[in-house]
Amino acid sequence: MKKSHIFGIVVIAVAVAILMSTAIDASTYSTFQKAKEMAVDGNDSKIHVVGTLKKDHFGEVVGVTKGADKLSFSFVMVDQDSLEQIVYYNEPMPTDFLRSDQVVVVGNYREDLFVADKILMKCPSKYTEETIEAQL
Amino acid sequence: MIHTFVGDLGHLFVIVAFVTSAISTFCFFKSSVSDEIRKKGWIVNGRIFFYVHAASVLGVVVALYYIIQNHYFEYHYAWSHSSLNLPAEYMISCFWEGQEGSFLLWLFWHALLGIVLINTNKFWEGPVMTIFGLVQVFLASMILGVVIPGIEFKIGSSPFILLRDALDAPIFKMQPDFVPKDGTGLNPLLQNYWMVIHPPTLFLGFATTLIPFAYCIAGLWQKKYKEWIRPALPWALFSAAVLGLGILMGGYWAYETLNFGGYWNWDPVENAVYVPWLVLVASIHTMITFKNSNTALKSSIVLVISMFVLILYSTFLTRSGILGESSVHSFTDLGLSGQLLLYLGVFTIGAIVLAYFRWKEIPSSEKEASFYSREFWIFIGVTTLCLMAFHVIIITSFPVFNTIVELFGGTSNLAPPADQIEAYSRVQIWGAVLVAILSGTGQFFWWKKIDSQKLKNELLTPLIITALISAVVITSTGITNISYITLLVTGLYSFIANLKIFIPLVKSSPKLSGGAVAHIGVAMMLVGIMYSAGKSKVVSLNNTGLLISKEATADFNKENLLLFLNEPRTMAGYTLNYRGQYLETQSSQLVRRKDVTFTGDPFTVVARNEILNKQDTLFTPGDTIKIFPENTYYEVEYYNENERPFSLFPRAQVNPEMGGLLASPDIRRKLTKDLYTHVSSIPNPEEEIEWSEMEELTVSPKDTFFVNDYVAVVEDLIRIYDMEGVDLNETDVAVKAKIRILGETDNYVSEPYFLIVDGKPGVIHDDILDLGIRLTFLNIFPETGQFLLGLRTTQKDWVVLKAMEKPMINVLWIGTLVLMIGFGIAIYRRYTEFVKMRDKSME
Repeated sequence: MKKSHIFGIVVIAVAVAILMSTAIDASTYSTFQKAKEMAVDGNDSKIHVVGTLKKDHFGEVVGVTKGADKLSFSFVMVDQDSLEQIVYYNEPMPTDFLRSDQVVVVGNYREDLFVADKILMKCPSKYTEETIEAQL
Repeated sequence: MIHTFVGDLGHLFVIVAFVTSAISTFCFFKSSVSDEIRKKGWIVNGRIFFYVHAASVLGVVVALYYIIQNHYFEYHYAWSHSSLNLPAEYMISCFWEGQEGSFLLWLFWHALLGIVLINTNKFWEGPVMTIFGLVQVFLASMILGVVIPGIEFKIGSSPFILLRDALDAPIFKMQPDFVPKDGTGLNPLLQNYWMVIHPPTLFLGFATTLIPFAYCIAGLWQKKYKEWIRPALPWALFSAAVLGLGILMGGYWAYETLNFGGYWNWDPVENAVYVPWLVLVASIHTMITFKNSNTALKSSIVLVISMFVLILYSTFLTRSGILGESSVHSFTDLGLSGQLLLYLGVFTIGAIVLAYFRWKEIPSSEKEASFYSREFWIFIGVTTLCLMAFHVIIITSFPVFNTIVELFGGTSNLAPPADQIEAYSRVQIWGAVLVAILSGTGQFFWWKKIDSQKLKNELLTPLIITALISAVVITSTGITNISYITLLVTGLYSFIANLKIFIPLVKSSPKLSGGAVAHIGVAMMLVGIMYSAGKSKVVSLNNTGLLISKEATADFNKENLLLFLNEPRTMAGYTLNYRGQYLETQSSQLVRRKDVTFTGDPFTVVARNEILNKQDTLFTPGDTIKIFPENTYYEVEYYNENERPFSLFPRAQVNPEMGGLLASPDIRRKLTKDLYTHVSSIPNPEEEIEWSEMEELTVSPKDTFFVNDYVAVVEDLIRIYDMEGVDLNETDVAVKAKIRILGETDNYVSEPYFLIVDGKPGVIHDDILDLGIRLTFLNIFPETGQFLLGLRTTQKDWVVLKAMEKPMINVLWIGTLVLMIGFGIAIYRRYTEFVKMRDKSME
């Protein structure tokens, strides 16, 4: 066997190892149901859950409670299987939070509460939402 | 009035630029395939059209800049990226905040580089400019903004689109000529001098990557398989230098402006530049190997092509919207995905097909590289760089995999790692360790013919020195993380080994020392990164035993310091004192918030007291002051016995685009460490203040009383005859009380009003927020000369502060400069080699 072949095999092995490590690191977009199952199994890795804020008939967001000194808050999120869940976030509410039409929370269940480490929001696209105030 | 002319002219320039780039591509192409007699004519035509192209690109730039500079808000670009209150120096940043403008910047650099290449090449001009022209065709098409009639297919997004065409707002139905009074402004985060120079540098780096690629393709096409390396090498070096500098400027901006305490966040947009840069550096190493030993030609070709394809791929990632929620700062999707994909596809497939058909003809050496040969070591280094790039690009591409799988009807829900930084660093750190070892050892193989015995002799000294220094550093600093220790030690080794190569080299032939200098720079950067990351420590430890907030995490309560105004606390050998809030004037002075009164216009305040800067009077009472309303600075004074007292001014910025309030640090720079301070919580400006129950007090002039534990003196009662905003007629009464309150270090003046207008009493209260005091003038008793004051109090002003020590971060920045110098030396050397050969009419 030539040295270059050995070298090639080593490179492929390292590349495969890298691929495997990324697969382990990868999180998944998932649902609260799955997250609950994971918590029951004692798996405390963090996952991404995609969903929307709970709204009433008038389109108003409901179920948001702010912590006493505004440093944290919790809200009700509806995931893609229409499952509702209270999500707790240990930071002040992001500004456009209530306007977002999609939310992604990254976190896991701690006891019965879903605790988010990170909240990503998709706000209505700039191009449709922007309005001009008509001042003349 | 709508200024349609400049927009139409700009749009015309875009179309001319597009068409001329296509024609010049054709001419240069013909010149490359014609015989010697016809060649001349085609070359001249190609040049003319390329010059017209470059002039039109300049025309587009000028037209767009004119629109922004003159505040023509009828244009969508000006409206959405600038505003009347934007200072002149940041006008230029508006230019590249948007996607169209950044394409334009890229086009502009290419045009300029094309002119340089036309004037510095002989043989290569035709084929290289063919590639250049073709790239310009694609780039110009991105901002073309032309709709093909019949099929309603839109090509590109023009920066000259009018607001009324971009937005579907009802106002335009009623008044088509409506022009908004002001624009929505530039993201205040980008109003920073780094954002004036970082994007152009980065885009120059992007633009220059095209040059080695163009030479490589030209070489394959013209069957000059070996000759393309010589002219390509200096440009590849230049490109790596500029791109590297651009990346680090971005990192430096993040360190200064964002508060995560670092310079690198593994965001997909950052990765999109880091990956091609790694591959570019790898290709430089194989090209240099080829020049010395005629090996590694094929790998050079593969790497140069991959590098450019990665540049196109990252352009696609950041501009097509495919990253979606995984990146905070990719551009808005302009619906250009199809065009971007076509651009990526044409060059990827074209280059691969060309290389495939020429592959057999490319000379290669069958010689096996020996373990003691330099080729062997360089090749391992190159492979390491490529594997590092591979790792990053895989994780960054998760959204792409999801999209592809979904395209074929499957479901894939790969999400980025929950802890991104950890996921990236874990692998990259070991790559960096290998790079450090190889760049240290490889140098000995490079400069000397070596066998095992000689190698031992050469390596002995650097190894001993490294072991000694490492032992001292590790025991004295107490770093325990094993991967940090490894990288620190290998970084030190690389530094010392390269220094050992450099010293004799610089004496004998300094021109050849570029490699050694660049590697010293890299080693310094690695040491700086590791040292500052491994030894970064929070110094604002809460040692009071009291919680800042029950709601916050244990970490927050432990690592932050709550400071009330003028109540000193100790931290890390310093006594800290919060001294108050400052506003930033538009002429870059800071004024105390307590010294001004706000007006209806957020950009204007009025001086309340005389405002001094040391001895000079800046403003006298009643002066209007122009300010930047989004920024507030918090002065924190630091004292200790050994140093002169100093103040840091961390900033909080109201920035709705970035999620509300944004803290920026202020950094006390010292040679060996930075003291990095930012506010982590402040009283929310939007929040209603909760005042205590009102306490009533009857006072007369010259009385002294206590409010919120401060001494207050009633100075005077003043009758007012003219009042802004209130029409006073002869029967009306307006009186203001002037009350001086003695703070710990400053005096405050409060002026509540009492009015009787049309027989109805009214009051205007006055707040001293620093001290948490609200005074209301409730009533006046003319018979006794006394009056009734209402006192209400709240918490005095406070900030929550976090401070970190970043040791040796300067080693990173100095290392960057050293790396740039190394690149500079190498560019000079390789470029003179090319010029020599060209002037001998060899190329």
